[in-house]
Amino acid sequence: MYIKQKMIKILAISVLMLIGSVVATEDQQFSIPEGPQLGQPATAEEVAALSINVFSDGRGLPEGSGSVVQGASIYQSKCIVCHGAGGLGGSAEPLAGAKMGLTGEWPEKTIGTLWPYATTLFDFTRRSMPMTAPGSLNNDEVYAVTAYLLYLNGIVDKNLVLNKETLMQVKMPNVDGFINIYEQKKQKNK
Amino acid sequence: MSKKKNTNKLPNSLKPVAGNGLLDRRLFLQKGLTFTALTTAATVAPSVIAKASEGSEKQAEIDPIRPPWMRQPGKPFSFYGVPSPYEDKVVRLPSANSVLQGNGASWSPLHQLEGTITPNGLHFERHHNGVPQIDPEHHKLLIHGLVEKELFFSIDDLMRYPRRSQTCFIECGGNSNSSWNKNASKSPLGYSHGLVSCSNWTGIPLSTLLSEVGVRKKARWLIAEGADAFAMNMSIPLEKAMDDAMLALFQNGERLRPENGYPMRLLVPGWEGVLNVKWVRRIELSDQPVMARNETSKYTELLPSGKSRMFTLEMDAKSLITSPVSSTFIPEPGLFQITGLAWSGRGKVKKVEVSADNGETWAEAALDGPIIPKAFTRFRMPWRWDGKPAYLKSRVTDETGYVQPERDELVANRGRHGYFHYNAIMTLAVEEDGFVTHVYKAEDDKNSGNLGIDADW
Repeated sequence: MYIKQKMIKILAISVLMLIGSVVATEDQQFSIPEGPQLGQPATAEEVAALSINVFSDGRGLPEGSGSVVQGASIYQSKCIVCHGAGGLGGSAEPLAGAKMGLTGEWPEKTIGTLWPYATTLFDFTRRSMPMTAPGSLNNDEVYAVTAYLLYLNGIVDKNLVLNKETLMQVKMPNVDGFINIYEQKKQKNK
Repeated sequence: MSKKKNTNKLPNSLKPVAGNGLLDRRLFLQKGLTFTALTTAATVAPSVIAKASEGSEKQAEIDPIRPPWMRQPGKPFSFYGVPSPYEDKVVRLPSANSVLQGNGASWSPLHQLEGTITPNGLHFERHHNGVPQIDPEHHKLLIHGLVEKELFFSIDDLMRYPRRSQTCFIECGGNSNSSWNKNASKSPLGYSHGLVSCSNWTGIPLSTLLSEVGVRKKARWLIAEGADAFAMNMSIPLEKAMDDAMLALFQNGERLRPENGYPMRLLVPGWEGVLNVKWVRRIELSDQPVMARNETSKYTELLPSGKSRMFTLEMDAKSLITSPVSSTFIPEPGLFQITGLAWSGRGKVKKVEVSADNGETWAEAALDGPIIPKAFTRFRMPWRWDGKPAYLKSRVTDETGYVQPERDELVANRGRHGYFHYNAIMTLAVEEDGFVTHVYKAEDDKNSGNLGIDADW
């Protein structure tokens, strides 16, 4: 174990040196100071309880399910106050209802026009919404609200029941609408 | 303005170095010349005037030979110092969601500050759902995912780790966003460009902690998460984390303020503010970014084509004139110091040029040293205003050769709906009566200042 860690450290240092020669300026070379190894091991259960990231390949999506109809009802009681009826017109930004899309003088940035992944909608709703009571929705409710928001944007039909399988079948209209500047720069620097 | 005094009796050696009265930057090294500091005249003046008029009778009674504060003992010592009551107008400007007051930003008053270090209480704020009041005894950092050992680090433990100090700016990706609008904002500088601040940060190199958990070969990204009500998550490339990122515990010598991430935050030098995750409690190592809301539908820049730039990450070079200030008066013709701030997410500021004739001619400004990579650099330029219309601009070039663009160029490349990453040259028009106003172009109508937002918020 110790040797493995040393190896990793050496690897990390060589990576750093590689980066350093490209990025860092002459008076800004950082070394990796050795730490006192005080970290406490986390159990698999502890990690699982805290891990709420949902990736665009579906990793992190939990068990559970919710329907468009259930989502509509949750939306009426918990979301409408800020986001308005039909995802438009409240104090928060529009979620749906775009008619013109992203080009032109008044681009309409909504879930349907802009968001590239449905997984993001699940991740964000679960971790941050509703703003006045974040963390209060259970996984079934988050699936339901996600389903309703996709329905409002015309992406899924009314009968959908969303779960970790059906969510991954959803293709967002703007999935190819992004240019990854970081990757572009990396390619250029190669 | 009637009081155009003859204040221009300057030594003959002071020949202009560029149009409309820009003088040699070495002027300030010469002795025996008196300068009017524009910052004082133009921005501190309103509060001083207010104080003076409130107590104008009292003022008359103050004995200039032995003023009252020399006739009685002063105040006792204090546990924690605060600014003079005469400086109570030097404040951040919060602009938040009316329904959720912790969702928004507060702007740093750059136009009222000097030097390069932002006082902790005036550092800009951007919160998505308020400032959590975290008890450090109940706050731990978990590092997990593609690592050899998944570990928790308590604050007490982290306090024993080797530290490094680094002075660097943090700029919100949405700073200066009103400049995408059709009409130029007339607010004082900081209240339209002050989502940027610069501090001396102290913390633990992330590389130290990552070495301890043992990063697996497949890992490429860190996904950091804050312990605020938003539980905000953001993806950061592993290369950057291993290069110069840190887990910051101290800001300008004291523990972080709650609004800056107490008890700990990430510091990702030179990159978008939102990546400097405050109140950080969890870092997941992954082979891919998480595609969080704040790296897909926000903090991405929509182009005229309908495509959006994502993972722009690095902040481009920018410079701003902090004095004189838009919507204030230059008191009279004469000798002044134009000053401002420049910075670049790529490294050091190489030079700052100033123009007083709308970019026809430029002269290199003096830079206060030392020049620190990815940190504020203060520039200064002597200027003799002759009382005629002038157009002031500043333009930074960084050590990579990147030159700050004109607004026309930036808008031609990006359109007006990108919202983030606005870094164009700013133009200040000085009118004959001394009124200073922010314009996009010299020919803009000075009264066109419709403050409504039209560039998509």
